[in-house]
Amino acid sequence: MHQEYTVVEGDFVNAGKASSSVKKTLKQLNVNPQVVKRVVVALYEAEVNAIAHAYGGKVLVDIDADKIKMVVADKGPGIPDIALAMQEGYSTARPEVRDMGFGAGMGLPNMQKNVDKLNVTSEVGVGTTVEMEVNFN
Amino acid sequence: MTLKEIVDKLGATVALGEDRLDMEVEHAFASDLMSDVLTLKDTPVLVTGLCNVQTIRTCDMANLEVVIFVRNKKPTEDMVELAEDNDMVLICSTYSMFKTCGLLWDLGMKPLY
Repeated sequence: MHQEYTVVEGDFVNAGKASSSVKKTLKQLNVNPQVVKRVVVALYEAEVNAIAHAYGGKVLVDIDADKIKMVVADKGPGIPDIALAMQEGYSTARPEVRDMGFGAGMGLPNMQKNVDKLNVTSEVGVGTTVEMEVNFN
Repeated sequence: MTLKEIVDKLGATVALGEDRLDMEVEHAFASDLMSDVLTLKDTPVLVTGLCNVQTIRTCDMANLEVVIFVRNKKPTEDMVELAEDNDMVLICSTYSMFKTCGLLWDLGMKPLY
């Protein structure tokens, strides 16, 4: 099953819509609730990042019988030092993002904790792609 | 304890879920930082001063069912609508975060960690 969502820069009101929709789909497919939670927490953090830091992007979701693959690809400033961005507490978020309850440097670490595979690629001035995979069993 | 006991203790108002106040709860977590809420493993009550649509979205992702807003923050219609879709209970306390947590502790609520 393939799903696609569009993420719009600064659109915090709709941040989480893709994650919410994926949650409903996985619940309908009777995926273990603990696994569903790991999936949607990671995807939600990635969505918030794309909205907060980039100029918009796409969320691509592929669900099959035993796993889910999620790709959040944005057009944006990119991440100059991915290892630094992965460190808990490191953040470049604007005050507006912090006002929404995010921007504490926990996004990428939270994704890492919840998924089975995480791959972050980024080109400065072009954008960032976050690929995540969670096994259902 | 029940949510009804919590509402009475805080002298709070209920913005959503008046019919679900017989729900039994034991643990609570207090934070304005939603990334922190997303790390929770249990399903507790959230006490927060952050009153925007992301509070509700975060609770949806983290399977939190009850939010107690402090300092007289009132959820907007959009927030209530989204919370209703997720069968949540929204409670509004006029007290500060500190006092709200103190009263909940006094009532016997336990910390998550």
